[in-house]
Amino acid sequence: MKTVGIDAKGMHYTPLNQKIRAAVADGAEEIILDNVLGQRFIGDGLRGNVRIIINGVPGGDLGMFMSGPTCIIHGNAEHAPGNTMDSGMLVIHGSAGDAVAHSMRGGKVFVKNNIGYRGGIHMKQYEVDARPILVIGGTAHSFLGEYMAGGLVLVLGIGKEKAMTDRGIGSGIHGGEIVIRGEVDDYLLGVGAKKFEFTEADLERIAPIIKSFCEQFGYDPAEFLDTNYTRIGPASSRPFASKYVWE
Amino acid sequence: MTLGSVPPKFKVSIDRDQCMDCGRCIENCSYGVYRREGDKILIESRKCTACLRCVAMCPRDAIDITEKPIDYRPHPVWTREAREDIINQARSGKIILSGMGNAKDLPIIYDRLLLDACQVTNPSIDPLREPMELRTYIGKKPSKIKFRKTESGDVELETKLAPNLKLDTPIMIGHMSFGAISLNSQLSMAKAVAETGTFMGTGEGGLHKKLYPYQDHMIVQVASGRFGVNIDYLERGAAIEIKIGQGAKPGIGGHLPGEKVNEEVSKTRMIPFGSDAISPAPHHDIYSIEDLVQLIRSLKEATEWKKPIFVKIAAVHNVASIAAGIARSSADAVVIDGFRGGTGAAPKVFRDNVGIPIEVAIASVDQKLREQGVRNEISIIASGGIRNSADLAKSIALGADSIYIGTAALVALGCRVCGNCYRNLCPWGIATQRPDLVSRLDPEVGAMQVSNLIHGWTLELSELMGAAGINSIESLRGNRDRLRGYMLDEGMLKILDVLPAGA
Ligand code: SF4
Ligand code: SF4
Repeated sequence: MKTVGIDAKGMHYTPLNQKIRAAVADGAEEIILDNVLGQRFIGDGLRGNVRIIINGVPGGDLGMFMSGPTCIIHGNAEHAPGNTMDSGMLVIHGSAGDAVAHSMRGGKVFVKNNIGYRGGIHMKQYEVDARPILVIGGTAHSFLGEYMAGGLVLVLGIGKEKAMTDRGIGSGIHGGEIVIRGEVDDYLLGVGAKKFEFTEADLERIAPIIKSFCEQFGYDPAEFLDTNYTRIGPASSRPFASKYVWE
Repeated sequence: MTLGSVPPKFKVSIDRDQCMDCGRCIENCSYGVYRREGDKILIESRKCTACLRCVAMCPRDAIDITEKPIDYRPHPVWTREAREDIINQARSGKIILSGMGNAKDLPIIYDRLLLDACQVTNPSIDPLREPMELRTYIGKKPSKIKFRKTESGDVELETKLAPNLKLDTPIMIGHMSFGAISLNSQLSMAKAVAETGTFMGTGEGGLHKKLYPYQDHMIVQVASGRFGVNIDYLERGAAIEIKIGQGAKPGIGGHLPGEKVNEEVSKTRMIPFGSDAISPAPHHDIYSIEDLVQLIRSLKEATEWKKPIFVKIAAVHNVASIAAGIARSSADAVVIDGFRGGTGAAPKVFRDNVGIPIEVAIASVDQKLREQGVRNEISIIASGGIRNSADLAKSIALGADSIYIGTAALVALGCRVCGNCYRNLCPWGIATQRPDLVSRLDPEVGAMQVSNLIHGWTLELSELMGAAGINSIESLRGNRDRLRGYMLDEGMLKILDVLPAGA
């Protein structure tokens, strides 16, 4: 495997991304970025199958418009990792800020700990086999999966008594599903969101995702496969259809 | 139903002496006004929208359409519209949606601005004889440029120039998405802008494959729904526009109903077939001017700083300060959409009441940017109700670099501004996805009509400039001395920074 190392210390994001692109063009299969500290837009619009190891804390919009690569982040991530991402994967060994996976159309974002507000907002799915997946090991703040139009948000609530304690879950959701470990109080649901029964078939469907998440972070999947989940989806696929009348 | 029905809006009649019974009106009317029963063509006037397709196609001029055949008792306050809106809402309890732009009878400032011409003391210029420079560059301009001497003694530009769009005429076509309008409409306009050396917007609907040959003339749009946006789309565009708001409905999002999302629209927008496409009111990754900077830079970074980035806002009360913020946000152009901007569908209360006229917005934005010394940092593109070359010339004299037309381009394709775009039944093949209707619009013919319009306005602009003794668009831009206000009040003249006629 061809590995390229880049020391990002004190480097602005533009030259950093230029170096990453040059390495990818040069056939690198793995790129190791050291001393990353707040550089935004890492992997922005990047294509290919490269694996990027990020040591440090990347800035906002990590992997934005990304199409293919995998980024492993050994640290926290800032605002909106996976923003409008097409395909590929972000594995964050820490927590992340607001608007994680905003408008993501495909690929996966795995966050070991917690995320901020509006996680998975307006995530959407186009093709059946390319659905976007956001998995949160810990918990999320308000408006999780707001305006969601497709894909899956999974909250495991590891180390928490309750996986979700913030309100507005799935407000305006019109597609996709939010699966939360354990019970979710009704008052936490946003306008237009509804609880559905979580069936054996549902568990079977998400089991590979749970396993893949556990594999990334070294958890034993067994305890997540033998537990209750709450499934939240749209009360209607056309939440605004009844709001308007024509002139 | 105690309310009963409201009077029909139009009355359609056929002059039976003239009629040759060819049936073209039946075939052409997608709203179902005409039908044949036995040997007679029957008419259901209530269904008529005055799209005038039948009138245009009738070989005998046999059709007559009159407005408001039965009117209410006239009243200056309780207009027909006021009464009917109440009846509608008493029935439904919902928000009223309407099509096309602001339909209120408010004074149009353009019509109260007069252009100048030369007489005696400075000669006018004949555009037939003298070259008229209409070339316009959209994007950042350096505040100063530096040169250096090369070893061979040549002079070389040292300043790094930001990418700009090069327009042969300051007329562009604004964003109307595939989904809202048909592919044949987009194709017609794309061919027209390629031919006339200018640009058009894709709208928030992605870029259909058939438009790839014209991609160097397309401005791709990134709106809050991010429909159709991926790296491929961004790289194809000549420029990228972030849509924050729209003049017809400032402050609210958009909503393409599932009925309009057919196979092709679904592919281009990258959303499932038949699903509603909902664009939230704000971009949920932009909650501040700092966030806007971040989105602009993310787009620049994704496309390796090769594309100019535009930011489109609706003209609202604080438009000047907002534009000044945008000018500092690394955007290359700000698009201001006035309150007369068109749309397929907008809540009527927004369409008719929210936002400000484009004329004052151009003037106050240009003024503010000049005051702050950042006018060169950003181009101004004006849109929203620009109807002819005079509006264009006045917009530029007020301080715009270029304009977007929308409705005007659709009218060039056949649109009669009937305002029923949302019904997917546009008989002109424009605001519809129904294949039989779309096929009525031949992109080759449509392209000719739109480029004719652009040519016509361009010629008129050159004539207006020549008459004013101006031979370069640069000298017209922000040249408010060549405008005079007529029947405008003092406050308005001050905002426009224009003298009254006679002064
Ligand atoms: S199109 Fe004109 S001439 Fe033909 S049937 Fe209709 S009204 Fe008669
Ligand atoms: S584009 Fe809209 S307003 Fe114009 S004719 Fe078609 S439906 Fe009517």
